Amino acid sequence: MTAEGSGPDDEPPRRGRGEPRAAPKGRQADPGSLDFLQALLGDRPLRRDLLVEHLHLIQDRCGCIPAAMLTALAETMRLSLADVFETATFYAHFDVQTEDEPPLPPLTVRACEGLPCAMAGAGALFADLQRLAGPGLRVVRAPCMGLCDHAPAVAIGHNPVAPATSSTVAAALAAGETVPRLPDYVACDAYRAGGGYALLGRLRDGTLSADAVLASLDDASLRGLGGAGFPTARKWRAVRAEPGPRLMVVNADEGEPGTFKDRFYLENDPHRVLEGMLVGAHVVGADEIYFYLRDEYPVARAILEREIARLPPGGPVIHLRRGAGADICGEESALLDSLEGRRGLPRHKPPLPFRVGLFGRPTLINNVETLFWVRDIVERGPAWWTSHGRHGHRGLRSFSVSGRVRDSGVKLAPAGITLRELVDEFCGGMAPGHTLQAFLPGGASGGILPAAMDDIPLDFGTLEPHGCFIGSAAVVVLSDQDDLRAAALNLMHFFEDESCGQCTPCRVGTRKARQLMQQPQWDVALLSELSQVMRDASICGLGQAAPNPLQSLFRHFPHLFAPAEIGVSPAEARSDADAPA
Amino acid sequence: MSPDSAAVPFTLDGIAVEAAPGETIWDVAHRHGTAIPHLCHRPEPGYRADGNCRACMVEVSGERVLAASCRRVPAPGMVVHSASDRAVAARTMVLELLLADQPPRDRAPDPDAAFWSQVDAVGLSTSRFPASDPAPPRDISHPAMAVNLEACIQCGLCVRACREVQVNDVIGMAWRGDRSTVVFDLDDPMGDSTCVACGECVQACPTGALMPASLVGHDGVRDVHPDRSVDSLCPYCGVGCQITYKVAADRIVAVEGRDGPANHNRLCVKGRFGFDYAAHPHRLTVPLIRLPGVPKHAGDTVDPANPWTHFRPATWDEALDVAASGLVRIRDTHGPRSLAGFGSAKGSNEEAYLFQKLVRTGFGSNNVDHCTRLCHASSVAALMEGLSSGAVSAPFEAALDAELIIVIGANPTVNHPVAATFIKNAVRQSGARLVVIDPRRQALSRHAWRHLSFKPGTDVALLNALLHTIIAEGLVDEAFVRDRTTNFAALRDGVRDFSPEVMAPVCGIPAETLREVARAYATARSALIFWGMGISQHVHGTDNARCLIALALVTGQIGRPGTGLHPLRGQNNVQGASDAGLIPMYFADYQPVDRPASHALFEQAWGMPLDGERGLTVVEIMAAIRAGNIRGMYIEGENPAMSDPDLHHARTALATLGHLVVQDLFLTETAFHADVVLPASAFAEKGGTFTNTDRRVQLARPVVPPPGEARQDWWIIQEIARRMGLDWSYTGPADIFAELAALSPSLHNVTWERLERDGAVTYPVANPGGPGQAILFDHAFPTADGRAHLVPARQLPPDAPPDAAYPLLLSTGRILEHWNTGSMTRRSGPLQAIEPQAHALVNPRELARLGLCGGQAMRIETRRGAVVVQARPDRDVPDGMVFMPFCYAEAAANLLTNPALDPIGKIPEFKLCAARAGPVPA
Repeated sequence: MTAEGSGPDDEPPRRGRGEPRAAPKGRQADPGSLDFLQALLGDRPLRRDLLVEHLHLIQDRCGCIPAAMLTALAETMRLSLADVFETATFYAHFDVQTEDEPPLPPLTVRACEGLPCAMAGAGALFADLQRLAGPGLRVVRAPCMGLCDHAPAVAIGHNPVAPATSSTVAAALAAGETVPRLPDYVACDAYRAGGGYALLGRLRDGTLSADAVLASLDDASLRGLGGAGFPTARKWRAVRAEPGPRLMVVNADEGEPGTFKDRFYLENDPHRVLEGMLVGAHVVGADEIYFYLRDEYPVARAILEREIARLPPGGPVIHLRRGAGADICGEESALLDSLEGRRGLPRHKPPLPFRVGLFGRPTLINNVETLFWVRDIVERGPAWWTSHGRHGHRGLRSFSVSGRVRDSGVKLAPAGITLRELVDEFCGGMAPGHTLQAFLPGGASGGILPAAMDDIPLDFGTLEPHGCFIGSAAVVVLSDQDDLRAAALNLMHFFEDESCGQCTPCRVGTRKARQLMQQPQWDVALLSELSQVMRDASICGLGQAAPNPLQSLFRHFPHLFAPAEIGVSPAEARSDADAPA
Repeated sequence: MSPDSAAVPFTLDGIAVEAAPGETIWDVAHRHGTAIPHLCHRPEPGYRADGNCRACMVEVSGERVLAASCRRVPAPGMVVHSASDRAVAARTMVLELLLADQPPRDRAPDPDAAFWSQVDAVGLSTSRFPASDPAPPRDISHPAMAVNLEACIQCGLCVRACREVQVNDVIGMAWRGDRSTVVFDLDDPMGDSTCVACGECVQACPTGALMPASLVGHDGVRDVHPDRSVDSLCPYCGVGCQITYKVAADRIVAVEGRDGPANHNRLCVKGRFGFDYAAHPHRLTVPLIRLPGVPKHAGDTVDPANPWTHFRPATWDEALDVAASGLVRIRDTHGPRSLAGFGSAKGSNEEAYLFQKLVRTGFGSNNVDHCTRLCHASSVAALMEGLSSGAVSAPFEAALDAELIIVIGANPTVNHPVAATFIKNAVRQSGARLVVIDPRRQALSRHAWRHLSFKPGTDVALLNALLHTIIAEGLVDEAFVRDRTTNFAALRDGVRDFSPEVMAPVCGIPAETLREVARAYATARSALIFWGMGISQHVHGTDNARCLIALALVTGQIGRPGTGLHPLRGQNNVQGASDAGLIPMYFADYQPVDRPASHALFEQAWGMPLDGERGLTVVEIMAAIRAGNIRGMYIEGENPAMSDPDLHHARTALATLGHLVVQDLFLTETAFHADVVLPASAFAEKGGTFTNTDRRVQLARPVVPPPGEARQDWWIIQEIARRMGLDWSYTGPADIFAELAALSPSLHNVTWERLERDGAVTYPVANPGGPGQAILFDHAFPTADGRAHLVPARQLPPDAPPDAAYPLLLSTGRILEHWNTGSMTRRSGPLQAIEPQAHALVNPRELARLGLCGGQAMRIETRRGAVVVQARPDRDVPDGMVFMPFCYAEAAANLLTNPALDPIGKIPEFKLCAARAGPVPA
């Protein structure tokens, strides 16, 4: 037998071998941690789906999640150690600390490295901020925080600061500003004064029928504005037709870099979202609503915590749940897993969530902005909605515009507007000194288009022929001063970091693509081959769309590549780029 | 495949095919001989297809992206291309991506692993992609398994193996994206984790990232390659797992689980890693005869590595002559009842049958017994009394059909680990409610809907309170009671005074909880009861079992799928040994020795007069030796010097014998006192039939030859028989089985030929070639009137409850790694490495009160003796209790235990006696 028990001396030490254990196998919860945890949890339920919430409690209290607390939590919730550990380590906002690691500083500054922030100097800012780090403070890179219109952004503890400089951050640190200040927003009374909740009231008292609501949404052709664009009324009908009990989920996890419209609406007019949500829940007959808000939005969370308590009585139970730093949870089925207290892994489809969703129940999942428009479309009538639009498209779109424009921000514009019109009419033109080189029409995954294509209407279906899509309408404008290859690398880095890791094409593919893209010369043929496989074989949209920026460069910007990079078939690559739409 | 209304027609590679309901594209392709690569998919029972590796992608016409064939169920009319350019390109690149981060094949932990054959199959040899950061260093912290995550492809098979198949919940997939990493608990070294070493992950791993340590060289690369495989069984517990032994140069080098009906490829640490005991240097390889003039005394010990202080080697002829002549001399001088024999529940049915036949015909009495007396004698007594059947009414896999499962007085994750996996599957995957009733908490408690941690010894109080509730609240299955049972009135009257409110302070469980559990059990669509020695090993063990039987009967929770009574049998062949008549009151198939018809039948079959009175039981035989009534013994494969209660007395008795013949693998504590020691064959060295806890007869095959002069047990028994005047001429197990089956109505239609063909047959079998009946009593009980007999139980106190002088309660049992008295497992390298030291488990609060810390030496004392063990804090143990495994010869728990017997089952009260404990006096 060649068991390792008699190995040579250069073997690493054999822990556990032949040394009598003095306790049952594995970690045991220590009484002190159990007591501490029990005090922290109070009378909160110990249901599995609350695991992420309970991890937040520990992280917020301890500044990290000590292994001893994780052990105590597992025992208290009757979960296995592996289960709580894999869940905790999946999310970027949980810092699991083992006994042999040095203690974490009590305060964390997260510096956004999303593309708009990177274009605004996030790299230099991060280097500057590192000088502030020490035993009391750590500075880490973070993905998009949805503050792209004020790039570069950082979060000091839970306090978003944008635009940030090392001096504004230092000042905020000195002032101890680690929790957000609430902005002015339309609170409950003001919303009601403006006629808010009348629609819900009519629906609930029967003077307005659910069918009438559905007909309005149909007539307006309202589509899911989170990116997928599925017709809203059709989705509501599908859920409504499933056997109860049914559930509703609000997807407020807009993690697509460059997107911040949902934050904008939640921080300005939250009740319009909440009323749309309650209307939806009423129409589909949902007993409970899970509002999944990304953890990068503490301002919205504070507002929602306050305003949900003021909702009209008698509606479904509303659970406000925090994400924990995982972009993938914006993918609706990964979001469901996260709500169930697990790692956010996208599910295989079929079945679709309207049939088998949260806790296996039929579930309506809607994006924040989709719900935001429900009241107006029903009250003002679908004709109001369809009266907007350009170039043959109808409705309104909330464009999150960032990058090299004079005036960035959420731009409510007609559907079908072109990039040129959007920049000129809504953003005050390009930023001084910048010339349009390229733009991302739909965030990190929507691809990249050249300036020459600034006349294409922006809406569902118009960009697909060019290998792009509008998605959540996050428009990032790049100028002649931006390095497109660096931008594509930034985006691939994002996908690599945010891949859930479940499937090979995405987990390994994003990593290998990033490695190849860090080479001075790109192997375009291999990257193209890899892109196709990621697109064909990844489980969810993240992996399928991750090669979009890369493929856009190959297709629309062949001049960026030396003949040697393109390899054996430069002619082929050029002819592809020139192909008519 | 035949046309089926539910079948789904679709097109695969241009050919019209059909999928059975639930069948995936991969399944159908496989069935049609179309090879589609797969890594994360393990087409074996219990494994959910996860579709994460994307090595099995196929193209479905009209779909935007490719589909994972292992998960995708075809829709009618679907057109699938398994070998389109797109599909092949994706599959090949998936393997190429993974290959980039693998170690070179000649440095890979297992160059024969499935991953490499898949890489070969797509024609890859190198990857065009750059390698990534190196994986964490090898983890060789576990004695039985080697971890090398450099070869890991994050396919998650180990996670599913650990969490969904075996439900041990140790392995996780931590972090995310390209940092996804297989972890044990909180990323602890495997050897420091809660891993119970079932090895399911090793068996599932497609890359060799997880390997049996026995196959891996010091450089981390596999250097052991089996030259042949033999299908047989696991030698340990009553679950009866089927195993494939991997053999290199006539030496077992590894074990894999087979898809047997009891285990579906699953094994536990003992079955998978505890195979090396038979090759231990302590193995007896020549017959031994005691040296003249070496006195016997209870405290004598012999070094098993050096028996020459007490014994000399002998030829087989000499040893057999001495062994048999000593028995003959005593028989002829003092009469047949002055001899006794202990057979073994570790041996085959054939060995058990021969052994009891030798005692009954060669010795001339019914003084034959075996360790069933120490485990389930009381359960069998109650079952025979109530149902006229001593075996389980349903297999443990019935748990998967149960809506509610009670596990009482049993710790299956430790003692029947593979059976426990099905209970956990039932909870996790089928949503069954689990009720664990045991003073000690256990691994199953985390899965339980309710755990009733009642006061030790108050079983009847608790169970009668459940019966009281069921009757008082009108939850009785009236029709079942009316049509299928007798004596209900006596039961009703018997439990009248046992209301939950009155019993709550007695058993320590709130009345409302008792009522809740009673209601849940009675009203469940199907409910199943498992029990173990926490029920049986009491002076009121028979009464405990009567209560469980009554629970099933009054609620009609028996005879249907997902219902029944399942006493979890201990030894791999305790069911078969009992069936074969290795017990003093029954011939084969429970035909009473004192029933004239049975007696006549066996006298005729065996051609000689037989003793018509019941013989003595295990503990009674020890007492009879002390009383001078028994003077000679033949002990085959049992170790009463470790397994009996109050060992000092037992060992004194053994040392008192005028003639003791011991037949075993090792010089056991019992063999210390032997006159002749006969070297026997280990499990893997012999063939024969073994009957598992489910009444399933299974065939074991010889894997390796016995060492030295060691011989087959059946041959040795026959040679003794011949020398005692019996004219036996069996030629092997098939012969013997035929005779046993002919005398056992229950084994009708169970033939050797069928066993050789099918490997396993559950009895009874109604028709030749027909299926065995897994679930009994669907319409009648095998009693004279076809009805079950209800028997009320009285609450009796334990024989020796704690008192002022001995304020603690000592309970004994087993641990996962060590089998019974340890003679096998403590000679297994991996098992001994995991649990090397005698210890006792005490609640940390109690330990502190005793003035001890974890790991310190603790002295435990009862009125019969004292031992020193390592103290181990364990929050599962209630205050006031010391739990002690009885496998450690150096600190034998049974030196302390109480020999008080259940008056009916004659089982000792191993589970409870008064004790005191503290630091070792300076």
